[in-house]
Amino acid sequence: MRFQDVISINDFRKEDIDYVLRVAEKLEEEVKKEGTLEYARGKVLATLFFEPSTRTRLSFESAMHRLGGAVIGFAEASSTSVKKGESLMDTVRTVENYADVIVIRHPREGAARLAAEIARVPVINAGDGANQHPTQTLLDLYTINKEFGKIDGLNIALLGDLKYGRTVHSLAKALSYYNVRLYFVAPKGLEMPRHIVEEVSNKVEIVETNNLEEVIPEIDVLYVTRIQKERFPDPAEYNKIKGSYKVDLKTLENAKDTLKVMHPLPRVDEIAYEVDNTKYSAYFKQVWSGIPVRMALLGIVLGVVE
Amino acid sequence: MKELKVSAINKGTVIDHIPAGRGLKVLEILNLSEDSTILVAINVRSRKLGRKDIIKVEGKILNEEEVNKIALIAPTATVNIIENWEVTEKRKVEIPDEIIGIIECANPNCITHYEKVKPKFKVVSKKPLKLKCHYCERTMEEDIVLKHLL
Repeated sequence: MRFQDVISINDFRKEDIDYVLRVAEKLEEEVKKEGTLEYARGKVLATLFFEPSTRTRLSFESAMHRLGGAVIGFAEASSTSVKKGESLMDTVRTVENYADVIVIRHPREGAARLAAEIARVPVINAGDGANQHPTQTLLDLYTINKEFGKIDGLNIALLGDLKYGRTVHSLAKALSYYNVRLYFVAPKGLEMPRHIVEEVSNKVEIVETNNLEEVIPEIDVLYVTRIQKERFPDPAEYNKIKGSYKVDLKTLENAKDTLKVMHPLPRVDEIAYEVDNTKYSAYFKQVWSGIPVRMALLGIVLGVVE
Repeated sequence: MKELKVSAINKGTVIDHIPAGRGLKVLEILNLSEDSTILVAINVRSRKLGRKDIIKVEGKILNEEEVNKIALIAPTATVNIIENWEVTEKRKVEIPDEIIGIIECANPNCITHYEKVKPKFKVVSKKPLKLKCHYCERTMEEDIVLKHLL
């Protein structure tokens, strides 16, 4: 199996996702044994970060290095010809001559799709505005699969700002390919948008609630996201909400022993530090998952792994 | 005898039942070559619509794909193909599966507003009309679509 670009999780069928997870697992074993692999020897990755995202960029760069390839790129638009008024299309047409694969992060929605249409080399989307960040979704799925050895049969709660959160929208859609029960736990006003609830509820069972405490005993995965202060017109309202959605040891008192807490990071204070060193914490393992998953995607689009 | 508002044509395409006021927009979307003779009637009395616009394109038979481009703004339109003064084919316009150009994306942060690229939409649903931007993946419903005609 091979696909040319990685732009949107909506382009992935279930078998594509399973394939990526399988390749990532194989590469993880190999890289743990050998440190650096040889698959992408002689290949160059260009990371075009039109807006800064240090962790995503470093993760891609580390993945390419571990595949044995080289990396060029920029970390923000201000140091490039974009500042002189160059179009995205011209930047892509230039950079495709320097690299075998492009990873792009851009503040405008649709930028990655456009780049992929223009470029002769494969393009991977590392975030296009509020639209898509497909490698995050894939590494989330990879983490769940690693922790439980499966995704089917799990009860998975998404917690936080479900209205504006790009991550949880993509994750909910991707999870709906599996046989799971989803819990959407959000404060009033920040609930999952109707069109996503409708789309997902056609495929899997959904529980919508404002009450985290109530669902804690039932769930296997608690996927926490940030609730941004600026979403609330009244700061007092925010402070009230903040407390009831904070995950600490008390919140987890009635949790299953095997519960895993995940977070796309960076966190502010939605997960207490006291949770970090417990059996529940999976959020730093999630960061590691980004490496094998991005190695797999780079390798697949370059046609050097299968 | 029925009065002809616009003279009959020997060969060509007549687009009838265009919602009144949209005739010129329809013409713009059809983007016909400069050598066609075109007759436009605006605000013609209509039993079906009250008022309507009509376009006659002389000498040119428009194919389905060309005509379907107008379906978004003139869903009531009927297309008559004329040969030897007679209607040889009559059809309704149909919303195509993909719409390129014609409308702009309603999302102000969509890349199509910043690069030289034609907006492109997938038709998710024809009734009620729902389009999805090929680039930013946002969906637009009918009322929004009509506000974003190019």
